[in-house]
Amino acid sequence: MTSAQAFSLGLRSVAPILVGVTPFGVIYGVVALQSGIPPLAAMAMSSIVFAGSAQFLLAQLVGVGAPFLLTAGAVGLVNLRHALYSASVAPILARLPRRWKILLAYLLTDEAYAAAIPHLLASETESSKSAQAHWILFGSGLGLWASWQFATLAGVLIGTQLPPNLGLDFALPLTFIAIVVPMINSPAMLLAALSAGAVAVALAVLPYKVGLFVGAIAGLVVGAFLSETMRSRQK
Amino acid sequence: MNIWWLMVLCGVITFLIRYSFIAVEGHYQPPSWFRRLLPFVPVAALTALTVPELLLVQGQILLGGDNPRLWAGLVAIVVAALWRNTLLTIGCGFLSLFVLQRIW
Repeated sequence: MTSAQAFSLGLRSVAPILVGVTPFGVIYGVVALQSGIPPLAAMAMSSIVFAGSAQFLLAQLVGVGAPFLLTAGAVGLVNLRHALYSASVAPILARLPRRWKILLAYLLTDEAYAAAIPHLLASETESSKSAQAHWILFGSGLGLWASWQFATLAGVLIGTQLPPNLGLDFALPLTFIAIVVPMINSPAMLLAALSAGAVAVALAVLPYKVGLFVGAIAGLVVGAFLSETMRSRQK
Repeated sequence: MNIWWLMVLCGVITFLIRYSFIAVEGHYQPPSWFRRLLPFVPVAALTALTVPELLLVQGQILLGGDNPRLWAGLVAIVVAALWRNTLLTIGCGFLSLFVLQRIW
């Protein structure tokens, strides 16, 4: 696999996700303006922060005049799950030069990670792919980045004139379903998913989407514990 | 409050979270139990993002006909399990949502 093929694979893998992300970006643009953020700053936030749900929260907190450090702390909490993605891709990116690591870390969103990870995991076992694995992540990351900038711009310019929600944002959960379900290949994986989902719903009342992070951690612990237990039984 | 400084601070925090493990890889050896958690990251994190979107409507768990996204999501889960095709899964999910919103 050449770097161009890997890049193209990353772009194609993120393409269906863009259908769901674009409406989110447009709505973000509208929310940011309604919160009193100037159009230029609203636009710049999409490249400076580049994190969908955190940008919504930031705009809302700015709108209600929340304190500076509290707002920054809340954004950090919302994005904490990205540390898990960082840990997950770190071994795959280990041999890259630092400029690549910085670029891919900047592009490491939920959507880019979700789109690329099945291919990245496959690349670990296929030597033909492994040397170019970072191009897959770059393709999905850049594809998402470009469409997020475009969607934000559309939201800032024409968002207020659009008809109300068309339901296109449902594409995002559907895409995550399409990615996650085929990855469930063992009882431990299934129970990891079920516990992550159950804890996330149970803790949905917590502020700053902390429930998502705690749910993900719960899933990791349950999955790892079960796979260890099964492995020790087989011995 | 200067919106630009706030954005830069939030951008730096977000970047450092995403860079964290990528940056220390090779310089620091995480404990072995930590490595055993990693295979579950995609499934656990993405499920934690998705399930509340399906089950909760404005913070309330809704399981009936008043929550068509849940049922359309279940159709998508079955389609994804049977055919393992991203576009087919999204298409069937949207079609189910469209139909269910009009039946109920």
